[in-house]
Amino acid sequence: MSTTIEPVLAPSSSANAGESQLLELSMGPQHPSTHGVFRMDVVLDGERVLRLKPVFGYLHRNHEKIAEQESYLGSMPYTDRLDYICSLTNNWAYALAVEKLAGIQVPERAEYIRIITAELTRFLNHSALIGFLTQDMGASGTPLMYAFRERETILDLFESLTGARMMCNYMRFGGCRVDLPAGWLDQTRKFVATLPRFLDEFERLLATNEILMARTQGVGVMSKELAINAGVTGPILRASGVNYDLRKVDKYGIYDRFAFKIPLGEHGDTYDRYMIRLLEMRESLKILNQALKDIPEGPIVDPKTKIRGFKPRPGEAYGRIESPKGELGFYLISDGTANPYRYRVRSCCMMNLTVLEQLCIGHNVADVVVILGSIDIVMGEVDR
Amino acid sequence: MFGEGILKGLAETARNFLGSYVSKKRLTTVQYPEERLPQIEAYRNFPFLVYDGEDWQQGLRCVSCFICEKECPPKCIIIEKSTDKKPDAVGKLQFYPKVFNIDISVCMSCQICVEVCPFDAIKMDTDYELSTTNRFSALLWDKQQLAKSNEHYHKIHPTEAAAVDAQLAAERAKVAAKTKAAAEARPASPTTAANTNGSGPNPADKPVPAGSEK
Repeated sequence: MSTTIEPVLAPSSSANAGESQLLELSMGPQHPSTHGVFRMDVVLDGERVLRLKPVFGYLHRNHEKIAEQESYLGSMPYTDRLDYICSLTNNWAYALAVEKLAGIQVPERAEYIRIITAELTRFLNHSALIGFLTQDMGASGTPLMYAFRERETILDLFESLTGARMMCNYMRFGGCRVDLPAGWLDQTRKFVATLPRFLDEFERLLATNEILMARTQGVGVMSKELAINAGVTGPILRASGVNYDLRKVDKYGIYDRFAFKIPLGEHGDTYDRYMIRLLEMRESLKILNQALKDIPEGPIVDPKTKIRGFKPRPGEAYGRIESPKGELGFYLISDGTANPYRYRVRSCCMMNLTVLEQLCIGHNVADVVVILGSIDIVMGEVDR
Repeated sequence: MFGEGILKGLAETARNFLGSYVSKKRLTTVQYPEERLPQIEAYRNFPFLVYDGEDWQQGLRCVSCFICEKECPPKCIIIEKSTDKKPDAVGKLQFYPKVFNIDISVCMSCQICVEVCPFDAIKMDTDYELSTTNRFSALLWDKQQLAKSNEHYHKIHPTEAAAVDAQLAAERAKVAAKTKAAAEARPASPTTAANTNGSGPNPADKPVPAGSEK
């Protein structure tokens, strides 16, 4: 991998010895603020960023190529490890792609379970992100621990449902692996009822904090045009004021049955990206309440799907969902054998990361950390 | 007023801090290993091999069909099939795994082996304190380390084990009824009876759990 930056120092600038000197600095890959093994080559003029080059690939695990050697089911546990904060939405995106490929119908109850787990995942991701973002700003620990307190309860719910806290490996082609255990719905309803209080607390804690506003407002402004041109998706696209949410656009699953709004930002700065997550969590709660009320009885998996010897007919399919971080898509080509001929992940984290330089130029090094935090990346998905 | 937001936030932390003295709910830390949280029933960690009866070598349900080895995504299961057959828990001749190893350092606890196993022979364990001083041989578990009794399975996953047992009992009853019918039909048509006798431990068309006939 080439990591060199072409010299930014114009030959003439070195002649002015009295002028400030440019400094090329490598942030990461072992840096606590870079959210994993991620490196940024920054060129600084004093504290000001002139150039920034994201360098990734340190966590490359050959996911796509491995998947071509695996059976279709065998890739499901690997998708957990893409964006390891939200494994259930990854499962869903992959299952959706395979269901499109093989033409499998998902029973009603499974759709509801998928929505409930996905919205819990969204809640978990956003609250954890806000915790990490404020941690990056120097609010060391407190908001993060508050967020993790709720996250832990959600993970307990996931564990009692799927058997694992983070590597759930729960969704299957045409449904889900196991039915909800006894009492799970009541437990979840009770927990969801406490979440508005947590959100109020979370908002009071920081949303009007003057230091947070000073650190985030007007920092890392992303224009609508830049966001659209760069293929940015997810909350950070909506923070720039673009009304695009696959839950409304694609209406995948049964999202068309639920009443919820898409919060939009105005300025596209870091504060908007922070607030949009708080608002999205409230919308997730709306969906959760409706889904938990309406969930029907019934089978959880299409009885026609085979676990062993699953061979979809030749063809291609692209399944995409609105994961908590953006549009997560899986593109599959089948040649009729048990392994996919091509398996490609459209990773929202990586697409969103491409705008990092434009957002950071002109800001201080400390702001780079905040901007990166507000983009919400997980290196497991960026590098795959 | 400038600083109002900060004060609001500080009031929130103060509430949580003082609240931790009165409300048990706000004390979230558990002093592991002295204190432990109750285990969640669905929790899974690494696979184990189920055996029925008392003797683990006799009662292993595994018939070394290689399905789990083939389906395992990280390929951490190593099986060698026996050349001979030996009687299982109910005295029926079966192949058995001469070698059944699972490399725990490779296993990613996805439980796909459990899902694909047609004999309900492999299940997920819940043991998590597995640190060793050797990361190679100590993490390559052999048949003996993997074998755990059905009672153990009932202890760790009661609901799931009960469902499995019920399903197995139903299948066993079905097979028993079939063999009984075949035995009754034998005097009438000796040729079909000879075929049924010669078809080996399992009828080839459907996976019947090992040791299924009583």
